[in-house]
Amino acid sequence: MKPGVLSKTPAARPTVSMPRLSPSGWILLALLPVLAAAPLVLPTYQVTLANNIGIFALATLGLVLLTGVAGMTSFGQAAFIGVSAYATAYLATVSAADLPAPLAWMAGSPLAGLAVGLLLTLAIATVLGAVTLRLSGHYLPLGTIAWGLSLFYLFGNLEFLGGHTGLSGIPALSLFGIAFDKAETLFYLIWAVLLLAVVATLNLLDSRVGRAIRALRGGQRMSESMGVDSFRAKMTAFLVAALYAGLAGWLYAYTQRFVSPAPFSLQAGIDFLFMALIGGVGQVWGAVIGAAGVTFAKQWLQDLLPHLLGRTGNFEAIVFGLLIVLLMQRLPGGIAGWIAKTFERRRQRPATLESMDLPDAEPLPRRPMPQKGEVVLEAKGVTRRFGGLVANRDISFSVRAGEILAVIGPNGAGKSTLFNQLSCVDRPTSGEILFRGERIDGRTARAMAGAGLSRSFQHVKLLPTMSVLENVAIGAHLRGSKGVAAAALRLDRAEEARLLAEARRQLVRVGLGQYLHAEAGSLALGQQRILEIARALCADPCLLLLDEPAAGLRFLEKQALAELLVKLRSEGMAILLVEHDMDFVMGLVDRVYVMEFGERIAEGPPETIQTDPAVLEAYLGGIE
Amino acid sequence: MNFQIVMLLGQDGITNGAIYALLALSILLVFTVTRILLIPQGEFVAFAALTMAAMQGGTPVRLGWLLLALSAAAMVMDIHAAWRRDGRPAVRRGSVLGVGYAAALTALTTLVPLGDAGVAVQALVTMALIVPLGLALYRVFYQPIAAAHPLVLLIVSIAVHVVLVGIGLLMFGPEGARTEPFSDGGLRLGMVMLNSQTIWVVAVSLGLILGLYLFFERSLYGKALRAAAVNRLGAELVGISPELAGKASFALAALIGSLSGILIAPITTIYYDSGFIISLKGFVGAIIGGLASYPVAALGALLIGQAESFSTFWASSYKEVIVFTLILPVLVWRSLSHHGAEDEE
Repeated sequence: MKPGVLSKTPAARPTVSMPRLSPSGWILLALLPVLAAAPLVLPTYQVTLANNIGIFALATLGLVLLTGVAGMTSFGQAAFIGVSAYATAYLATVSAADLPAPLAWMAGSPLAGLAVGLLLTLAIATVLGAVTLRLSGHYLPLGTIAWGLSLFYLFGNLEFLGGHTGLSGIPALSLFGIAFDKAETLFYLIWAVLLLAVVATLNLLDSRVGRAIRALRGGQRMSESMGVDSFRAKMTAFLVAALYAGLAGWLYAYTQRFVSPAPFSLQAGIDFLFMALIGGVGQVWGAVIGAAGVTFAKQWLQDLLPHLLGRTGNFEAIVFGLLIVLLMQRLPGGIAGWIAKTFERRRQRPATLESMDLPDAEPLPRRPMPQKGEVVLEAKGVTRRFGGLVANRDISFSVRAGEILAVIGPNGAGKSTLFNQLSCVDRPTSGEILFRGERIDGRTARAMAGAGLSRSFQHVKLLPTMSVLENVAIGAHLRGSKGVAAAALRLDRAEEARLLAEARRQLVRVGLGQYLHAEAGSLALGQQRILEIARALCADPCLLLLDEPAAGLRFLEKQALAELLVKLRSEGMAILLVEHDMDFVMGLVDRVYVMEFGERIAEGPPETIQTDPAVLEAYLGGIE
Repeated sequence: MNFQIVMLLGQDGITNGAIYALLALSILLVFTVTRILLIPQGEFVAFAALTMAAMQGGTPVRLGWLLLALSAAAMVMDIHAAWRRDGRPAVRRGSVLGVGYAAALTALTTLVPLGDAGVAVQALVTMALIVPLGLALYRVFYQPIAAAHPLVLLIVSIAVHVVLVGIGLLMFGPEGARTEPFSDGGLRLGMVMLNSQTIWVVAVSLGLILGLYLFFERSLYGKALRAAAVNRLGAELVGISPELAGKASFALAALIGSLSGILIAPITTIYYDSGFIISLKGFVGAIIGGLASYPVAALGALLIGQAESFSTFWASSYKEVIVFTLILPVLVWRSLSHHGAEDEE
């Protein structure tokens, strides 16, 4: 097939160009001189305020990642700050004699405080994540509410942590001979840490692990069948969020030089979520905007409301609460989301973008393909019952390398049930499914993705706001190995370039080459289906399971798809497709398997099937 | 610890546990019908208790104003919705009635001193205030986003809770309050003296559970709600309006919450923000029931009541820590018995 057949413009040409500065890069560049000058010109009071905003923004950044990107939420952020702040404060104030001898060196050491604080935070987050993240999305917020409350009571009752009065007298922070004893010096430390965290988060999101985390919102069924361990992706996001809270706690302890339970209450945890939501959970910079906005608004309201209401109390919460309700009802993207949207609209992005800035990279290694004619997939007596209903009865067939098998049948014939079992989403009640000679029924979709079984979905499952290229790169997840740390530090660039190059190669191959940087949601439905095939190909499969690939495609697109499938077949790919479109099927496939009421009624080459009386009967003479 | 103390603690545990069980049932009901985790459930409890206390103490009852404000907001939203739908503003009779009802009740509670009206009348007035409050909360805060992602619903729930706690402080002040017991004396059963309020709590809870059972098993509305809980889209297709289901479940939750508040007000001192921690124990019960099973949730809540009561004896200051840590083993068990990844809606 010629590249770009599905579209009118020629395919993207791979060129190398200068790396362009992203919007976040511009923001950073503009922010640096402002931040450098701020402590020199602002009064100390304002600098202190900015320090608090920096610390809050760091914790909120974790929530942006967790809530905005991964679609989970936690009310435990304040409690995590508390764990780290208390660990820091305790080690900073304890006398060496009170610690067990091997740990005595930790007394008074800020770095030991940081290490212990982070370790404790991560340990608690691991436990909480382990027990909630496999369950439905409601357990994490409920679990963090319960633990946030417990921790507040625990801080208040533990003698060695000073009870409700807390720990005071934390000495000023001194690191490598630099004393951070004034708000102005602390300012540089806090904002440096914050900006590094922002950059690390941006890097993380723009990586293999980041795509796995972002894919969580698109439904776990899709990402699992692309080989993404969604539990692990959730845990990663949760631990990174906890890590930021831990860092914030350490900075907090040395900024306030005093810790007590109150700032780490559940209420504070809710405040952090509000900051993230008001700032805009979809955008990394929303954390900074939210933390600053809420802090200033709170101060203003705390001055204003007592005058209006005639008494003092936590009344600004009413305003923030109502604001959140309004945001959720009207502007779910928050402030940063709104800015980003307005900005995008003004820039008037063209719908199609060339693949300008993707350097060529060494192709990824490929798995050994089965010999042409080798049986790749085999169903033996597969039966699936749902209670009294038999959705599949005694289904047996095989698909060979270099062959296309179509499973057809009227609505309700049990095709989708069969497809689910073949793709390891469901398991048969009895019977066996063999993939390259090994039994696979009962294995997970994720395991099969690694083994070379790749699929598309009947109802397209992609991340509409992610670029086409990134959507397809999810398919190559298992062909990379770099983790969180490598991504945050940009040590993954060589691998990442290979993954993206592979995604681009597959996109060019299916004819979507000039849509690489368009939002996936902006494609037409037919193109989205093709995108799913490119994503499946990215996993370097030897078996493709396609669920109604031609649905919603126009005539020329169907032709191009057929050409692509023929080419894949000639390369030795085994393809099984479930389809309704008879014209498409009959001209393309090698064999047809016809089902009705969960049973086989015919099997054979298209020509025989077209004249088979049982098939004609089932379709009421209705072959188009 | 002797027998006497065990009986005393056990009795306490049963009283609290019965309340938690009621709240757990109500949380489950709202969750299954609307997918909303009703974090503000506790505010119904606290507002009911403090409204009772205000009537008895002769201090102004301000809850009517909140109801009036929410009803007015609901009316405005209805008019706006009609405008967007039909191109011209129209007033629904229901929303006018709602505002009228709220105004009448506000007038009654502010102008008529109810201090000597007796517990029964006070309780009725309190419920008459809080049940429509539940309805109005659904209309104003949740109905516009009823189809949203569960995460959005949860966030709105938290926000509504925060707003209500703030308004609670405004209405009732920072002081705690306790009400008069429903009746004096108690009942001697062999060596055990049963507190009269315990009997009230257990009797009313059992009555309410029986009533709910009959409602869901025998009445058409109850069956409609159950249908909406099993399959929202299917229920909608057979003519069960999701708005009606949402409002009905919120009204029921408000009814259960206000009854709980009235029942515990004589036993515990309630503050404007006490509701959250009480309802959270209902949530723990609901989690034990897997956010799905009513009987397991009720049993779990009873267990929480006992755990709380006995930990008060052994480690009073760690009471809450112990109670909330109880969900950890439940979650571990659920995680281990959970297979594969499932997509949420």
